[in-house]
Amino acid sequence: MIKATGSGLEREIEARCGERVRLCFQCGKCSTGCLFTPAMDLLPHQAMKLVQLGQEERLLSSRTIWICASCVTCTARCPNDIDVAGVIDALRQMALEKGVRPAERNVPLFHSCFLGNIRATGRISEPVLMGAYKALSGDLFSDIGLAVEMLRKGKIKLVPSLVRGRREIRRIFSESGGKGAVGKG
Amino acid sequence: MGSYSYYPGCSQLSSAEEYGDSAVAVAQALGIRLEPLPDWSCCGASSAHMTNRLLSVALPARNLARARERGGDLVVVCAACYHNLRSAQIELLEDEEMASRLERVIGSDPRFRGRIVHLLDLIYEVVGLERLRERVVNPLRGLRPVSYYGCLMARPPEMMEGDNPDHPRRMDELLDALGAEVRPWSYKTDCCGGSLSLTRTDLVVGLVNRLFEAAEEAGADSLVTACPMCLANLEMRQREGKLTFGHEHDLPVFFFTELIGLALGMEEADSWLSKHLMDPRPLLWRNGVRTGGRRPA
Ligand code: SF4
Ligand code: SF4
Repeated sequence: MIKATGSGLEREIEARCGERVRLCFQCGKCSTGCLFTPAMDLLPHQAMKLVQLGQEERLLSSRTIWICASCVTCTARCPNDIDVAGVIDALRQMALEKGVRPAERNVPLFHSCFLGNIRATGRISEPVLMGAYKALSGDLFSDIGLAVEMLRKGKIKLVPSLVRGRREIRRIFSESGGKGAVGKG
Repeated sequence: MGSYSYYPGCSQLSSAEEYGDSAVAVAQALGIRLEPLPDWSCCGASSAHMTNRLLSVALPARNLARARERGGDLVVVCAACYHNLRSAQIELLEDEEMASRLERVIGSDPRFRGRIVHLLDLIYEVVGLERLRERVVNPLRGLRPVSYYGCLMARPPEMMEGDNPDHPRRMDELLDALGAEVRPWSYKTDCCGGSLSLTRTDLVVGLVNRLFEAAEEAGADSLVTACPMCLANLEMRQREGKLTFGHEHDLPVFFFTELIGLALGMEEADSWLSKHLMDPRPLLWRNGVRTGGRRPA
């Protein structure tokens, strides 16, 4: 049924990020400028249409929401000033909160490792991040040559740099409702 | 020319140490003192805003609160940190509910009203092209770079202060002032896919090599960036294009600060350049640009 006020999903997106997807008139400029469409199962403008239609399941289980690199090109091009990249952020956040199985498993896994690293030390330490991600993704051996070269050039610091205010950082994380990323849902 | 609070950013402590070192040294040489924010923490990079809205404001907010205590403006060198800190600042100044909630969590006021400025813009505005040109003792003659802004320096357009978001020019003008023969090209603000570098390497190799092909087509011998994530991604994923693209690109990538330091004749330049995965010094030596280091026999 078509509701005059737009789909519930449309309203939920607006509540989350302030963007009014109903303004989209399907010109397709967002998709034309996107460099990542070859790996997407929904083009950005199609995703906006599905928001209007309230097709939550298809959106939250799509590859598109995880392939989007947040380069913000679509946002810059939209004639209706819709922050398309912001809408995609909101969709990813919903997918994690609702525990939808991600179509691109490694992407949210990486974010989870990244945020876990910040939570623990306050700053990113590349060996901690890469170690955690490689172990959890099972992708252990790609980039080994690179890692060796980076160590040789002193680009990888084995002693992580620690923030003193880690209690503040932990408070920030608990206020945000969990570990962030896949820790939730 | 003044002292500024400085947000270094995580990469500048490790994989892009040469960027942090050259930024602080070059700024100092130009009369700009960069004072690191005390106990600064990670801004959350892409992982925060992609997964949790509150975190994407709260992680920058902790740093903005420190910048507020210090007063004055805040200088940033990483395009992604710049983007995150600016977005959070706008949010905190517009959304009072969010600001007071985070003030409670962090324990200090995150409403920073000073200016957040990328070092490239600061040098352009405060030092200016004329004065920069006068300081050059080691002109980068013969070097033919393209300037590569990547996606986050230039977008969204509201964040692009004083430069054109579709066709930014400031980096070209700076490099020109250093004596380089900057090549025009139309890929300046295309994304390199940095945030997917580990997770979808296949896609990223394609994007990176497309950039190198375009740069070569434009007659360039190198790329220049103002973002540590771009540089890491471009250096790491360039060679892997060999399989897909049939030939190997080997264009070096510089941080703009390294080239300024080199042109100013700074001795440290050689140690910065020696840290690159893809050593850019042979290209410079071929063009007769001194780097201060010892040339291989
Ligand atoms: S550019 Fe804007 S209006 Fe056009 S299709 Fe995309 S979201 Fe809709
Ligand atoms: S932000 Fe995402 S959808 Fe928009 S252009 Fe970039 S990759 Fe494509």
